[in-house]
Amino acid sequence: MISISETNFDPSFAAKLRKISGINIFKCIQCGTCSAVCPMGAHMDITARKFIHMCRLRLRQQVVLSNAPWICAACSECLVRCPNGVDIPKVMEAVRLLTQRKNINYVEPSQMPSETLAELPTIALIACFRKHTA
Amino acid sequence: MKVSYFPGCTVKTTARSMGEAAEASLLALGVELIEPKRWTCCGVLHSLADDDAMRLLGPVRNLIRIKKGGDRKVVTVCAMCYNSLARANLLMKKDSEKKSIINGYFEDDDDYNGEVDVLHLLTFLRDEIGWDAIRQRVNSPLGGLLLAPYYGCTLLRPTELAIEAPARPKILGDLLKSLGASVVDFPASSQCCSSYQSVSHPEIAAQVAAEITGSARKSGAAAIVTCCPLCDYNLGKEQFNLTTQGSDDISIPTFYFTELMAVAFGLDLGRALSRGQEELLLTAKGMSSLPGVRGEAEFPEPSH
Repeated sequence: MISISETNFDPSFAAKLRKISGINIFKCIQCGTCSAVCPMGAHMDITARKFIHMCRLRLRQQVVLSNAPWICAACSECLVRCPNGVDIPKVMEAVRLLTQRKNINYVEPSQMPSETLAELPTIALIACFRKHTA
Repeated sequence: MKVSYFPGCTVKTTARSMGEAAEASLLALGVELIEPKRWTCCGVLHSLADDDAMRLLGPVRNLIRIKKGGDRKVVTVCAMCYNSLARANLLMKKDSEKKSIINGYFEDDDDYNGEVDVLHLLTFLRDEIGWDAIRQRVNSPLGGLLLAPYYGCTLLRPTELAIEAPARPKILGDLLKSLGASVVDFPASSQCCSSYQSVSHPEIAAQVAAEITGSARKSGAAAIVTCCPLCDYNLGKEQFNLTTQGSDDISIPTFYFTELMAVAFGLDLGRALSRGQEELLLTAKGMSSLPGVRGEAEFPEPSH
């Protein structure tokens, strides 16, 4: 549910995302193709279309608290299907970076059990730490 | 023929047999894969930030070292290495502002302008070896085994990097046919395996993988063939953790494409296959055992 309030609204939010990502989210026509093709969409609290919409409405708090950028697998299916070529993966990354640039990790490597670390392929750990840690 | 070969971290550690199978198979085709001096992490995943060039230094550093070594082409066996190196390469060709910033970090080297071509092994096999040459080298064909080629994302997206037209990729299927297998397309063949989510959200990754393996099973395939070590893990080993969706069984063996090449060339794999994999291959080939599958690895020696 979208909530428009002082705590949620940040007038500079869209511009900030543009600075980090280089992407103009105002080209989005809200067609919903991104949400439809997203392989992770079923597990997100806010799917891609709505996420972009809320970024445009500058609802920073809800966007930053959403699990969507952290469930996103950066697969670019949304990007290749978007009729206007909006680079949604870059917008997702920009939202992740808002947290990561404050030196906050989404996963804590030091708290992962050693059996898990030993079993996972190297590429899984590197990709995860790249996207989910500061 | 010698060609520059970027192995990446995973085929040197947890997926060693995938890399060794690639090297042995290529040697059997007359190609020696030579690693560049001092290669380092490919820099995966490609940095999606527009305001920070730092995370692009890793892949570009590798490309500069390859160029300095005198090579204008590098082959990867891992799809994620392909994506990271190729995407950085494209940026150095197309984005003059970023290129200038990044080259500024490499003061001691000549400017890098995208001179090295980055190829995934599949492209190299198709374009520089050819399916006919591969077919001729096969001495232990895969017996018409019905396989489902699975591409994942990093070879096909974003579009400017795609090794083939993303809507209907056939390159992996063509390789498998030249090895004597039959191939079936299935709807989830380029749906993301959920990548690093098997680390952060393993329950979600399991469900996403179940959709893909279930789709492959429905197509009638006996096994899925992967071309990325992470996809192979998410769809393969992870299956032990997969939940069964409804009444449809979603389990199906997976193979890495280089290991199937090694098997079809009659080379020894340096590791034991899972029971599902071994049974399938034995039945398809009408054999009672696969040479050297549990024994010591015996690979042809390189010429130097």
